[in-house]
Amino acid sequence: MSGNKQEEDPRINGIKTKIRVVPDFPKKGIMFQDITTVLLDPKAFKDTIDLFVERYRDKNISVVAGIEARGFLFGPPIALAIGAKFVPLRKPKKLPGETIFEEYELEYGNDRLEMHVGAVEAGDRALVVDDLIATGGTLCAAINLLERVGAEVVECACVIELPELKGRQRLKGKPLCMLVEYR
Amino acid sequence: MFAAENGLKGDPRLEAISAAIRVVPNFPKKGIMFQDITTLLLDHKAFKHTIDIFVDRYKDMQISVVADDMQMIVGVEARGFMFGPPIALAIGAKFVPLRKPGKLPGKVISESYELEYGHDRLEMHVDAVEPLERVIIIDDLVATGGTLSAAISLMESQGAEVVECACVIGLPEVKGQHKLKGKPLYVLVEPSGLDEFC
Repeated sequence: MSGNKQEEDPRINGIKTKIRVVPDFPKKGIMFQDITTVLLDPKAFKDTIDLFVERYRDKNISVVAGIEARGFLFGPPIALAIGAKFVPLRKPKKLPGETIFEEYELEYGNDRLEMHVGAVEAGDRALVVDDLIATGGTLCAAINLLERVGAEVVECACVIELPELKGRQRLKGKPLCMLVEYR
Repeated sequence: MFAAENGLKGDPRLEAISAAIRVVPNFPKKGIMFQDITTLLLDHKAFKHTIDIFVDRYKDMQISVVADDMQMIVGVEARGFMFGPPIALAIGAKFVPLRKPGKLPGKVISESYELEYGHDRLEMHVDAVEPLERVIIIDDLVATGGTLSAAISLMESQGAEVVECACVIGLPEVKGQHKLKGKPLYVLVEPSGLDEFC
């Protein structure tokens, strides 16, 4: 697990084999990494969560921030297991209370990530969770939101990394923990 | 049926859960008192109580019912994604996301449901559910029951058996209703706040 391929935990291969690759979704040329098939395998899903929980339980993480929508599948179980708050980072206009936002680039145009004001406090130690890191744009926006309110982003955690897109370099120096690479 | 009427009367956890839910007036439009569960997610203890109550109930159902284990938890995008997976993980069930159109990459089936103005659709991967699988459907809140009804239809179209629908919050429309489309409905708390509801 983690940044460099060291000794791989035996659970990782089990998770990797459960990820389904769907060609040409959402458009031609993209090999989409479908994690819904991991969720269909209770052991693989549990192993995924356990691997992250084992890594973070003694790191005094006070908040897990999950990126809509697939980050919501992994973030809350981790938060519950390590005793942290869970904060959803959402597309515009979904959160009902007062929000702050951060823009990020898409292939064509921009999008925004929003967070409730007051959900995260100065001094909170944060983990950012998403299912996958590609270009790193969304994760970078998440890091910015958390830092703006004075939280310390300890690490970003993703099930899958697409290393050729070099997202790891867009994390403002924050470390990335991932389980499975797809090249 | 509400949890308080079904074995959990006076359970202090229900009060903690209710107290942790924030009401946001006039969202998404004037007159609606929005039940915001994000504050529940910020309260680790109350969030854990929420999950524990559902887990205790569905683990028990495995024992009390002679048929197979509870095999699947189905959660409705996006807030159902925050409650469904922890429950599924704790009881060893599969988790299946039901999503807005165009999000799921594989072959899907869909069901439309009514909004106040217009329609929306809910999609599910065709191969996620098998005939005779026993399913609990989870969402954060039930109001008219339109979304849950669509979810039930999707499950039944694949031959799965919906054992129960479960929500954290149930609006007054559902009080006294024990069933939704013939399926049992289990709700933890009533809305916090004032008179008018979504």
